[in-house]
Amino acid sequence: MRGGRGGRWAALVWPALLLLCLIPGVLPALIDPLGLGEVGTPERPLWQLTLTHLGLVVLASVVVLALGLPLAVAVTRPGRDALRQLSETLVGLGQTVPTFAVLALAVPALGFGWAPTLLGLIVYGLVPVVSNAVVGLQGVSPGALDAARGMGMSARQRLWRVELPLARPVILAGVRTSTVYNVGTATVGAALGAGGLGEPIINGLSQQNTALVLSGAVLAALLALSLDALMALSEPRP
Amino acid sequence: MIELHHLEKRFGDSFAVQDLNLTFPDGELTALLGPSGCGKTTTLRMINRLIEPSGGQVRLNGQDTRALKPEALRRGIGYVIQQVGLFPHLNVAQNVATVPDLLGRDRRATAARVDELLDLVGLDPDTFRHKRPGELSGGQAQRVGVARALAADPPVLLMDEPFGALDPLARDRLQDAFRDIQRRLRKTVVMVTHDIDEALRLGDRVALMNAGRLEQFGTPDDLIHRPVSDFVRQFLGEDAALRQLAGQPVSRFMAALDGASPLPPVAVEDTLNARSALAVLLREGTDRLTVTRGGQAVGTVGWADLRTSGPERP
Ligand SMILES: Nc1ncnc2c1ncn2[C@@H]1O[C@H](COP(=O)(O)OP(=O)(O)OP(=O)(O)O)[C@@H](O)[C@H]1O
Ligand SMILES: [Mg+2]
Repeated sequence: MRGGRGGRWAALVWPALLLLCLIPGVLPALIDPLGLGEVGTPERPLWQLTLTHLGLVVLASVVVLALGLPLAVAVTRPGRDALRQLSETLVGLGQTVPTFAVLALAVPALGFGWAPTLLGLIVYGLVPVVSNAVVGLQGVSPGALDAARGMGMSARQRLWRVELPLARPVILAGVRTSTVYNVGTATVGAALGAGGLGEPIINGLSQQNTALVLSGAVLAALLALSLDALMALSEPRP
Repeated sequence: MIELHHLEKRFGDSFAVQDLNLTFPDGELTALLGPSGCGKTTTLRMINRLIEPSGGQVRLNGQDTRALKPEALRRGIGYVIQQVGLFPHLNVAQNVATVPDLLGRDRRATAARVDELLDLVGLDPDTFRHKRPGELSGGQAQRVGVARALAADPPVLLMDEPFGALDPLARDRLQDAFRDIQRRLRKTVVMVTHDIDEALRLGDRVALMNAGRLEQFGTPDDLIHRPVSDFVRQFLGEDAALRQLAGQPVSRFMAALDGASPLPPVAVEDTLNARSALAVLLREGTDRLTVTRGGQAVGTVGWADLRTSGPERP
């Protein structure tokens, strides 16, 4: 048990690395010697870009959960098989549209900035959350559900006391996947002026400064790994 | 008292249950017996309205169950199923406390009640209270299932093949344990089973169903010795009387010692089942056996004692 716990906490190495890289001067000191260019001093400090990025991703995840979970609950009620299949198709369709297309289509409606980016992240983030929640809710043991009904739980009590707690690990895994993917997707938002870690990447590309691209990419990767590790910690161990 | 009046359930064009009239007497265990698909589960689930009847009535203590909210009705009726259906994310104590919690009972009183029930079903509270369902054997899980059904002290208990998923040894033990519990608590129990031995062993009465209809309702003796149809006779089988003996200890059949006549030389323990005692009579080629308890003679048993229309019911 002790050893297992130790293994779990080892996951904190990613957040630690991320924080280390955000100390001013550390990342340039690591990347500049590679001879790919100079990271230099961007107009906004890296920690600020990282925070903006994190804010976008977390906000998107919160909205995704707030939309996706009720949707999954609604379509998994008995007698709604057709609705469930329809929602799965629609949600799946959202993911087949290229990221750039979603963002480009959102700009005329929402203008430049963080709003279209957030919309894109939500559209993409919904897929794993809804499909995992549906799988989780459908996977609840029929025996437990029958017992719950037979003992006099109302539909609402069954949902809160039995279905959601039993589906929780699968739902959380969906949120985790969605969040981690969105760290990558959110870099595209810089093209729309949403800021975030896409900014050094785009600037680096236009200035042909690979070091700058690398600094954004390294931080985005570390952010993704950190979120993944932290959310894994929050999942209960079987 | 549970009464079924012209109860019926149609699925599409076919009847799962048809014109069923039956009264389950208070404080007795009625086994709902019959071949697979004859409508036992459907009947049981119409009693607590997990299935709504297509026609007829269920009355609980004279009241039409349709007058009650289904949830309120169900909280007053214990429910045990073959799959047990314990909640895997809750521990044993929390599982047992489900219905008292739904009813908003006092937490401390419930905790005491949980311990009392775990004791009743033969599980040590200190050992089992905090275990998760995943850590229990099938037999232990079903004991918890029974405790959970009894938690709010409902007068009525519905059981759908409660011991059906257990291996024969665990099933035997649990049947014994449940018989003792029922002898103490005297609930009105409806137990669905397709196991004839179980029905004869545990049932004060047996309701034998066939193709959605009631074939015969009576005591095990009635069904064995006075079957109303060929179906009943065939369903119980030629060895029904032996099956019934197998479920009873020989002590139930023995005659008291009269003190005058000498004790038969061959002895059996009083906990031996009556069928085995019969086998001993056959093997020894004798007419009477001494029945002993802990080596002490407590009675005798012979062919005629075993041939009576069956043991007196407790
Ligand atoms: N939801 C349903 N839809 C359609 N038919 C059903 C439904 N539930 C039960 N039936 C049918 O009703 C009949 C009685 O079913 P029921 O489950 O009551 O049988 P049972 O006596 O409990 O059988 P078993 O011993 O196999 O459990 C069966 O023919 C079954 O196919
Ligand atoms: Mg059945």
